[in-house]
Amino acid sequence: MRRDFDGVVVASPVSVPYARFSIETAQWWAGAALRGLTEASGISHKEMDGLSVSSFSLGADSAISLTQHFGMTVRYLDTVPLGGASATVSLRRAARAVQAGDADVIACIGADTNHPDSFRQSLENFSRFAQDAVYPMGSGGANASFALLTRNYMARFGATREDFARICVAQRDNALKNPNALMRKPLTVEQYMTARPIAAPVHLFDCVMPCAGAEAFLVMREETARAQGLTYARLTSAIERHHSFPEDPIQIRGGWAVDVDELYAMAGCTPGDIDVLQTYDDYPVIVMMQFEDLKFCAKGEGHDFVRSHDLRIGGDFPQNTSGGQLSAGQAGAAGGHLGLVEAIRQVTGQAGPTQVAQAKRAMALGFGMINYDRGLASAAVILEAA
Amino acid sequence: MTRELLPPSKKNPLERSQVPLRPPAARSAPTLGLLIGATQGRFALQHCDGCGRFLYPVRDVCPDCLGQRLSFQDAPRGGVLLSETTIDITADPYFRRQPAQRQGLVQADCGVTMIALLHRDCPAEGRVRLSLMTDRAGMPVVFAHPETGGAPHMEDDPDWRELTAQPKFRRVLITDGRSPVAEPLARQLLKAGAQEVFVGVADRWKPAPGVDALGGIEGVTLCDLDLRDERSVTGLAADLAGKTDILINSAYHFRPGGLFDAGQVLRAKDTLDICALGLLRLAQAFGPALMGRGGDGTTRNAAAWVNVLSIWAQTGRPASAIFAAAQAAELSLAQSLRGELAQGGVRVMNVFAGALEDEWFEDLPPPKTAPAAVARTVVTALEQGIEDSYVGPDAEEFRARMARNPKEVERLMWQG
Repeated sequence: MRRDFDGVVVASPVSVPYARFSIETAQWWAGAALRGLTEASGISHKEMDGLSVSSFSLGADSAISLTQHFGMTVRYLDTVPLGGASATVSLRRAARAVQAGDADVIACIGADTNHPDSFRQSLENFSRFAQDAVYPMGSGGANASFALLTRNYMARFGATREDFARICVAQRDNALKNPNALMRKPLTVEQYMTARPIAAPVHLFDCVMPCAGAEAFLVMREETARAQGLTYARLTSAIERHHSFPEDPIQIRGGWAVDVDELYAMAGCTPGDIDVLQTYDDYPVIVMMQFEDLKFCAKGEGHDFVRSHDLRIGGDFPQNTSGGQLSAGQAGAAGGHLGLVEAIRQVTGQAGPTQVAQAKRAMALGFGMINYDRGLASAAVILEAA
Repeated sequence: MTRELLPPSKKNPLERSQVPLRPPAARSAPTLGLLIGATQGRFALQHCDGCGRFLYPVRDVCPDCLGQRLSFQDAPRGGVLLSETTIDITADPYFRRQPAQRQGLVQADCGVTMIALLHRDCPAEGRVRLSLMTDRAGMPVVFAHPETGGAPHMEDDPDWRELTAQPKFRRVLITDGRSPVAEPLARQLLKAGAQEVFVGVADRWKPAPGVDALGGIEGVTLCDLDLRDERSVTGLAADLAGKTDILINSAYHFRPGGLFDAGQVLRAKDTLDICALGLLRLAQAFGPALMGRGGDGTTRNAAAWVNVLSIWAQTGRPASAIFAAAQAAELSLAQSLRGELAQGGVRVMNVFAGALEDEWFEDLPPPKTAPAAVARTVVTALEQGIEDSYVGPDAEEFRARMARNPKEVERLMWQG
């Protein structure tokens, strides 16, 4: 059994409101998030001694360039190029650093900009395998890759588009309460079902909207947070697992399934103890896989689970309470931070209009990097009210 | 089932000609190893010589044994379709113009999983037959046919048509009607559905039975074309360049003779004039027009330029040194031409033959290659999208020996 995360807390959830397109750079968005962290915590960026950055659009820069750009002097520095798994992984690694005393206050930032052509460019240059063996076969991007996974999942387990609609419609309902969500119109099951196909069975409302934005939080030891007078949440468990189950000919599960028992054991809880869940939701099929792999239901029963649960803020299984990326927008690597930042807000009672009553324990999940035929990176964290 | 392609109507001259677009052309250098198979109609995948596994996508290290002795080996073509989709929305300009692309994830019998372009007749689940092809950017892609073929009009699948240069409904120019290949080639092209075959003939007043036979074929039009004469080439291009969809350079001027034979400098000038400079003149007159029409629809756009070459283009041969040199020059120009025409999505294909079964090779023992076999190979290359073809047993042997050791071939050529 690995060591627990005793004494590690997260604080100062920051979201820089998203924009569909931005003429600013990723550095600009990351800087805005850093300023948000100083304002939320009262800790000067010059006092922070750790920086962890995730972004697809920094160009030639990585976290090291940003220390000089932003005027920070740090002794912990990480660039986490894991897309949708970046926030949960950043947190896990930063937690170990503050726990060991390698650093005291680590700023974790996910930030990306979005120009009108940047989505196509990022698809074309995503990875070597994608460039060589995916993009030339129709240039469908992630939509086509997830379409292949979705069709197989539906055929194998009996999930239907109506089941996916429940996830998307519930998240849109949640987004209506989030003033920062880009999608502000209600979505009906009928609208979902009749939306135009993008790469069948993936249709319009299965897809996230790429946008510019940033999300951030601070990782520190409990005594630091207390001394600063910050509201904080405890980290009780964290896992990451990459390129799991290479023997599966087509992906039906993520790396969570390898470590899920340890995840709950470290946190000393069971799936039933999770009050609010933030899944990684680029495409509802992945949400359903997470319900299964994190043992909220058995493998292949995700569709039964969504039929028998209410995923809205006031429902019996509140999920992606900010609307998730499907309704709030996907700000590149910040998209991986959306759920975690919302989870911090939930268990610290700072979620405002999206607050779930009595949210004491939250789980946030990360998933990312379709390198060729499957998502490679999976991660999860559990947070508890202090 | 594939919808039958209908003959295109005459192009409305007021309509804008679509500019050529290319599919995404970026590939890592190791992935270009797939071209070994893709250009020859073979399904050769990366193979770890250490542990015997096939690898895909192309890697630098075997993920099983970390071996780095990796080669490209012929693999079984079968596979099972695991899942499929049709990409209605894409941000790539080339694929936006194409009909919605069908794509599948295939578990290949050789053990790898391949994302493939999918023939529209492939059932949603079931067995497929895989091919490595070159796309219109000249880069390797994977295509899957249904394993059991035979459905009508399968060759009309719009993606398959993009990956090949089907003669069906296309207009073809054969540049040298005096080549023994010209007559069987014209017949086979028409049989394969070519709309019209133009055949260039130099000095038409000179009697030639092959040319007379050509003139009698319905669908064939004879034209004046002397590859040695720039004005003749540009003159014909003025009439035909805008409606030549496939150009087949059949220029044939074999004369034996070695370096020490008298008068070889003059003979070399003659031979180079036809083989190498002939291609250059054709390229200057027809190339830009072909390139500009590479993207003009998919039914009757410019699709390919084929060169009928001798295997001796790839090595010296003392007994016909001048001819081999001229062929080598033509091959070099053809390779540069391939790079130019790829900008417009037009393929350059080479068909290599050994000694032909005709009077000029009387002194050589069999096996020699029948002109009709060369013609068949040209049509197959067009229909299957094969960049480099070798006709007959001697050309096949030449290819195998060259792949093993070009110096061995060079020495063998000393024997004639």
